[in-house]
Amino acid sequence: MIRYLKPGVFVLSIIPFLLISYQIIFNKLGPEPVKEITHFTGEWTLIFICLTLAMSPLKRLTNSIFWINIRRMLGLFVFFYATLHLLTYVAIDYRFDWEPIINDVIKKKYIYIGFSAWLLLIPLALTSSKKMVKLLKQNWKKLHRLIYIIAIFGSLHFIWLSKTIFFKPLIFLVILIILLLFRVKFKKLSSKV
Amino acid sequence: MKKFKYSEITPEKIYKKRRSFIKSLGFGFGSFTLSSLPFINTSFANIDQNKVTSFKDITTYNNYYEFGTGKSDPYIKSQNFKTSPWNIKIEGEVEKPLEISIEEILSLFPSEERILKLRCVEGWSMVIPWNGFSLSQLLSKVTLKNKAKFVEFESVYDPDQMSGQRYPVLNWPYKEGLRIDEAMHPLTTIVTGLYNKKLPNQNGAPLRIFIPWKYGFKSAKAIVKIKLVEKMPTSSWMWASPKEYGFYSNVNPDVDHPRWSQATERVIGNDIFAPRIKTEMFNGYGDQVANLYSGMDLKKNF
Repeated sequence: MIRYLKPGVFVLSIIPFLLISYQIIFNKLGPEPVKEITHFTGEWTLIFICLTLAMSPLKRLTNSIFWINIRRMLGLFVFFYATLHLLTYVAIDYRFDWEPIINDVIKKKYIYIGFSAWLLLIPLALTSSKKMVKLLKQNWKKLHRLIYIIAIFGSLHFIWLSKTIFFKPLIFLVILIILLLFRVKFKKLSSKV
Repeated sequence: MKKFKYSEITPEKIYKKRRSFIKSLGFGFGSFTLSSLPFINTSFANIDQNKVTSFKDITTYNNYYEFGTGKSDPYIKSQNFKTSPWNIKIEGEVEKPLEISIEEILSLFPSEERILKLRCVEGWSMVIPWNGFSLSQLLSKVTLKNKAKFVEFESVYDPDQMSGQRYPVLNWPYKEGLRIDEAMHPLTTIVTGLYNKKLPNQNGAPLRIFIPWKYGFKSAKAIVKIKLVEKMPTSSWMWASPKEYGFYSNVNPDVDHPRWSQATERVIGNDIFAPRIKTEMFNGYGDQVANLYSGMDLKKNF
C-alpha cells in the first residue's frame, strides 16, 4: 500500500503544473495571463513549502514514517514551482531584459528576498538525493534547516508585494507560524525528556 | 493626446460575434486545430499601444475594493447594485451648495466619447472609450469661493450593497482629491458611460471621475459628494500608506512605487508573448498637463 502512495503523491504534486500548462496552451488565463502564471506558480511554491514543513509534525502526530518518506520529494516540488515562478518573471514577463531585472533585484525588497529564497533552495535541491543524505550524515539535517529561512523569506515576499493587507498573504503567514511553532514545542518537549 | 479613429475600435456586436464563432468552434469534434494554440498563432511583433481594450476586459478586470479585492469581484458582485435614485452633492467652499440628481446631470451635460488610457499603479494599462464631459463644466454650476483650493471626491458608503466595505481594507468611504487647477483641466473627465453605453456598475456607475495622467486609483468611482476645500485632502490610499501613495500620484516612470518599479507596464488583453511597454511621463498626456507642475519636484510630490 505504502509503496503506491509515494507515486500517488508525485502525481498529485504535478497536477498544478498540468493545470497551468493547459491554461496557457488554451488561452484560459484572462486579460493579464503573465500575472496569472506568476501568481499561480508563486502560490504553489508557498503551498509546497507549507506541505514540506507539515511532514515532521504529521510524523509525530500519526506515528507514521510515511510522511518523512515523501518529504524530500515535496521539497523538490518547492524548488520546481519556485523555478517556474522565477522563469515566468525573467523569461516571460521581462523577456530576459536584464537591466530592469537587476535593478529590481537590487532595489526592490520583495524581489530581493524572493530571489534570495530561490538561491537558498539550490543547495537543498542539489543534496536531496538518498546518496547525499548518507554522505552528509548529521550535516544534512543542519543544511536542510535552511527551509525555515526560505519559508520566512517566501512569506515576506508575498506580504511585501501586496498593495494592502490582503487575506492570502496573511493566511500563509499564520500557517507558517503554526508550523514553525510545532518545532519550538517539540524541542522543548524532547529537552525535558 | 492619443487619437483613435472610431473605426479602430472593434464594435461590441462584431466582437461578440467573433467570440461566439470561436466558441462554436470549440463544440466541434475537430476543434483542436493548430491555430488555436497561442504558440503558433501569435505575432511576435510589438503590440499596438493605441488599440482600444475590449469591452469584456474593461468590464471584467477591475480594481474596485468596495466589491472585493479580486479583479473579477467587481463584475461578479456589483450586478445588483442600485444606482437610482442617485444624488451628487457639491458643497464646501462654494457660495451655494448644490444637490443634483444623476438624471439632471445626464440631461444638462451632453456626453462625448473620450478615448483615454488608464494606467494602474500595479503596472498595467488599458485604453478605454469613455463617455463623459469635463468636470469643469459640472463645477461651473456652483460659484467657488476664494478658499476653494482643492476638490475632494467621496464615493458611496453602502456596506449592505458593497460587500467589500464590510472589511477594513481601506477607510471607507473611498476618498480622493485634486488640486483645483487639476480639477479644472479639460482632461479631467466626469464619466457616465463607456463604449457608448451606460456606465457598468463595476466601472463606477452611475458617475465617476477619470484623470488620465494619474494612476487609476485617483479616479474615484460611484461619487456622491464633491467637496471644495481649502486644505489638501487626505485620500484613502494616502491614509492607508502615506509613504507609498502621495496626493499627486501622477504617472511617472522615474518615480518608483517604494516596493515596485513603475518604469514599464503590461497592456491588458494580450497573450503571454506580448512584451511590456515603457511607461510614459504623465501617461502620455504631458503636452496637455506638464505645465500644471512646472517648478515642482515630482519626486517629492509623488
